[in-house]
Amino acid sequence: MPTLSRTFDDIQSRLINATSRVVPMHRQIQGLKFLIGGKKKAFGPRRPMPEFVEKPIPDVNTLALEDIDVSNPFLYRQGQWRPYFKRLRDEAPVHYQKNSPFGPFWSVTRFEDIMFVDKSHDLFSAEPQIILGDPPEGLSVEMFIAMDPPKHDVQRSSVQGVVAPKNLKEMEGLIRSRTGEVLDSLPQDKPFNWVPAVSKELTGRMLATLLDFPYEERHKLVEWSDRMAGAASATGGEFADEEAMFDDAADMAWSFSKLWRDKEARRAAGEEPGFDLISLLQSNDETKDLIDRPMEFIGNLTLLIVGGNDTTRNSMSGGLVAMNEFPEEFKKLKANPELIPNMVSEIIRWQTPLAYMRRIAKQDVELGGQTIKKGDRVVMWYASGNRDERKFDNPDQFIIDRKDARNHMSFGYGIHRCMGNRLAELQLRVLWEEILKRFDNIEVVEEPKRVQSNFVRGYSEVMVKLTPKGKEAG
Amino acid sequence: MGKITFIENDQTVHVAEFEAGSSVRQIAVDNAIPGIDGDCGGECACGTCHVIVSEGWFSKTGTLGGEEEQMLSMTPERTSTSRLGCQVVLTDEMDGMTVHLPEFQM
Ligand code: HEM
Ligand code: FES
Repeated sequence: MPTLSRTFDDIQSRLINATSRVVPMHRQIQGLKFLIGGKKKAFGPRRPMPEFVEKPIPDVNTLALEDIDVSNPFLYRQGQWRPYFKRLRDEAPVHYQKNSPFGPFWSVTRFEDIMFVDKSHDLFSAEPQIILGDPPEGLSVEMFIAMDPPKHDVQRSSVQGVVAPKNLKEMEGLIRSRTGEVLDSLPQDKPFNWVPAVSKELTGRMLATLLDFPYEERHKLVEWSDRMAGAASATGGEFADEEAMFDDAADMAWSFSKLWRDKEARRAAGEEPGFDLISLLQSNDETKDLIDRPMEFIGNLTLLIVGGNDTTRNSMSGGLVAMNEFPEEFKKLKANPELIPNMVSEIIRWQTPLAYMRRIAKQDVELGGQTIKKGDRVVMWYASGNRDERKFDNPDQFIIDRKDARNHMSFGYGIHRCMGNRLAELQLRVLWEEILKRFDNIEVVEEPKRVQSNFVRGYSEVMVKLTPKGKEAG
Repeated sequence: MGKITFIENDQTVHVAEFEAGSSVRQIAVDNAIPGIDGDCGGECACGTCHVIVSEGWFSKTGTLGGEEEQMLSMTPERTSTSRLGCQVVLTDEMDGMTVHLPEFQM
């Protein structure tokens, strides 16, 4: 019932926007939960929330091309993604999968073709979602990563100041002192999990700063974001409890509206506006009433926390994993610390924290000898483009002085190119500069645990052991 | 053969030679001029080859395309003579041109 549910979504959004002045936002979202429940009883669910159970993934060479399904959320965890994507790049670079749990979709897997799709926003729309599957019903918040021009351009320009390089220059000192603090507090005598101790901790602190969110409650930002990006129906992630997601959204709406109102009051009392996201939104004519458009308001804040969370976190963990798989590169780095900036790009290429972005064809498009039909879903697999041997020499090798490391596609290209790219690079550069000051070695002592998702390529556990500087054996 | 001058934001000057037909980005990358990244390889898709053309020279650099306009509009340091280096193809007319680099690339 696509049209019916579409109109329903529309009405929902308008209803919420219209009542937002009188009903607090979190109450509306709680109301929505019951509304959707009722709607499901009346119409049946749009697409049942799938639950994924891990099974061993077959060798890609035993499959017919049409049976290859790269939406499997365990492909990355089981280390099968490389042969799967290599076969698609070689034999079916524009590939159709009719029967995935997320519905039919096209995969684009070569660097050059991905660049074409990403650049061609006139042919391919980012609306209404950039993930393969559907978000929990009724929770399709509006974010500019999933908007086309001109709306995209207006919204992006109102918030991009928060991560503009000028702002970052101011923040570098803060980022450095926090990074030092976190590294100095790590256990030196026993193995520990790097992911919560360093990667999550540093990205969580950064997000709290960008939003000027109460510092002691920063873990909430990380938890909301994790559950949002980890929805089973959206990315094949481990979270399948829709009710809990509504509760999160309500919680988030409450916290963010409170933040907004507090700032408003402080400004009215004569306080100088800060450089945080909410102050910027309140300073811009286009967005100063954003609080009256709750789905958009939550959307843009969510975009920043989701955009800046998993991605940087998994690059922080991924760099360690890469160094341990390619120990010669760590030696090279210690001998040539000036390679850090290039190494940061190479880490981001090698890890590709977000596997893809999705588009919808706005008209029939010929690509790679195939006809993509108007309305079809098209997935640009950055993770594959970054390993395309047509573009990069020895693409699977991690090479910190790789000449064209910056040409990776992990940040996407075109008008949606990552807004936080410079912030991410800065955080990683500072992290490695501070690591080299303190440690001779960071050894990964167990096989890292990878997350369940077809979208986020990351780690839940990387057990490491530190060797402080000057204490190296022999 | 012509000459083009790049002036970094800290006023460091670099002079480079070019053959007509190359792009400003290509010359910058070939000569390792700091401050131009050119991440997308000249596809007008990253905005990291931003240059600010000196007043007198701007009209010689041709007209901005729609895509270029859109990418430039996302750059906070954009000025009225901003161009993306990969979209400016050098001609003999541009011999002697000076371009300034922004403080940051997006
Ligand atoms: C290594 C870290 C990161 C990676 C790999 C990454 C990746 C991406 C990708 C692939 C896109 C979409 C590009 C496209 O559609 O062409 C994107 C967009 C975006 N990212 Fe990032 N990101 C990272 C860090 C960050 C950070 C730290 C922030 C903010 C604090 C952020 C905020 C955004 C925003 C707001 C967008 C939407 C831009 C638009 O639609 O115009 N990202 N990012
Ligand atoms: S090199 Fe990417 S826009 Fe010019």
